[in-house]
Amino acid sequence: MQFVSQIGGSVTNGLAYVGSLASLGGRAAYYTFVGPFQGKPLRLQRAVSQAMDVGVRALPILSLITFFIGLILALQSAYELRRFGAMNYVATAVAISMSRELGPLITAIVVIGRSGSAFAAEIGTMKVTEEIDALETMAISPIRFLVTPKFLAMIVMLPCLTIWANAMGILGGSLFGVAQADFTFVRYIQASLDSLFLRDITTGLVKSVMFGITITAVGCQEGLATGAGAEQVGRSTTRAVVMSIFLVVLVDLVFTGLFFFVSGS
Amino acid sequence: MVTENADSLDTQVMISLRDLRVSYGEVEILHGITFEVKHGETLVILGGSGSGKSTLLRTLVGLEKPSSGEIWIKGKNIAAISDPEMDEIRKKIGMSFQGGALFGSMSVGENVGLPLREHTKLEDSTIEIMVRLKLEQVGLEGFEYYMPSQLSGGMKKRAAVARALAMDPQILFFDEPSAGLDPIIAAGIDQLILELKQAFRMTIIVVTHELASAYLIADRMVLIDKGRVVAMGTTAEMRASTQPRVRQFLDRVPEPEVADELDYLQMLTQRRRL
Repeated sequence: MQFVSQIGGSVTNGLAYVGSLASLGGRAAYYTFVGPFQGKPLRLQRAVSQAMDVGVRALPILSLITFFIGLILALQSAYELRRFGAMNYVATAVAISMSRELGPLITAIVVIGRSGSAFAAEIGTMKVTEEIDALETMAISPIRFLVTPKFLAMIVMLPCLTIWANAMGILGGSLFGVAQADFTFVRYIQASLDSLFLRDITTGLVKSVMFGITITAVGCQEGLATGAGAEQVGRSTTRAVVMSIFLVVLVDLVFTGLFFFVSGS
Repeated sequence: MVTENADSLDTQVMISLRDLRVSYGEVEILHGITFEVKHGETLVILGGSGSGKSTLLRTLVGLEKPSSGEIWIKGKNIAAISDPEMDEIRKKIGMSFQGGALFGSMSVGENVGLPLREHTKLEDSTIEIMVRLKLEQVGLEGFEYYMPSQLSGGMKKRAAVARALAMDPQILFFDEPSAGLDPIIAAGIDQLILELKQAFRMTIIVVTHELASAYLIADRMVLIDKGRVVAMGTTAEMRASTQPRVRQFLDRVPEPEVADELDYLQMLTQRRRL
């Protein structure tokens, strides 16, 4: 009986957590779409500088990782395709698995590590040093001031990064294709592009937007929920990373399922 | 400078608390606090660690919701008020936090100008001038381009006061103004509070456990212990008080040492009843 009640308890907690994320996202959406018409302007400048942090500064590490992932995918699929003498399908395998799944997912995980954790740490530290309280006593909403620019930056930058990641993955695959599978570079790229349908890319981009919302909501929520004391900031940051990875995979599953069963793509 | 005595102050009530109770979850921190603060008065809320004085201050500025009771600020009960109305009240109060709570990513000038930029439609050049004026008032002229991390503890507090003053508030709250400062710097902050009081006739509420500073700046004091008001009165009245708990706090008498187990048990049970 105790076991059942424990399960019930964690399910309720989980739902409450998702509810708090949704409420945060909802308030950020309010300040994005309604606030500006009520004399509470968006902090676009802040959003742009956040976008620099989240997006542009992530490019080097993201490029490297997705290049390697593309190369690994090529190697792994070649292992199987070689037995059928179908090495010319390596390009297809890499292009499709990158743009449908691994591009968005790896991008999300890199962004969680770089920015999701940073959001939690930044807001958590501000909570501990009473800066969040200071905002509230100045009648400035912390959601509008801190959270909304982060949402904007993420929603814009994550799809951009994902497209870049897809390209870098294909580039990584081409290294193997050219060296081992008798492709020329141009033919490899051509084969990759031919194998992709627009929907392969758009489903990945839709997912990446959802990932961006999830990562921001979790990072900010954990930051805002930070208790008193510096060690709590570390705890929030860890929780933000773990929860984000879990929720991103969950969102991935839900959307992949939706695309598969609803639109057959 | 002429020091005004309590009699000549306006009698208009600025803040009034009625049976204020605040709980964190199941635990009640404040058990029914009632007092009034008059216009232009400096009230010092004294109390030891864990007495509930910080919770009281946080409730007064709307950071904590009371579980019951009323808080009237400028004729509005902020215990039962909508968020937009609360924001209007907040524009008329200033709060100086214990650690300053300056935004680390902004320069001192940007910190001080933030409320102006958020709540007024003033030109940037006007805001710049006002920021310079506010910094001058707290003795920090020329520091607007410094980052908070480049300031000493005392300067951070001064900058925080400048930010609290930005919107020309009618009520100013201080949380532990002298905490973490050496006596000379702390005396400087006390002096600053006195100057603000005399220059602008602001209503000032200070939470502290520093007796020296309390005696210096207070018109009236409220002593809080274990979530209750133990004593209230003018500085002179408090000094003359014979109440044991007041004397213990003011004379800095440590808690009596426990002699044996029975005494300890008795002390615990008495505490519970208090």
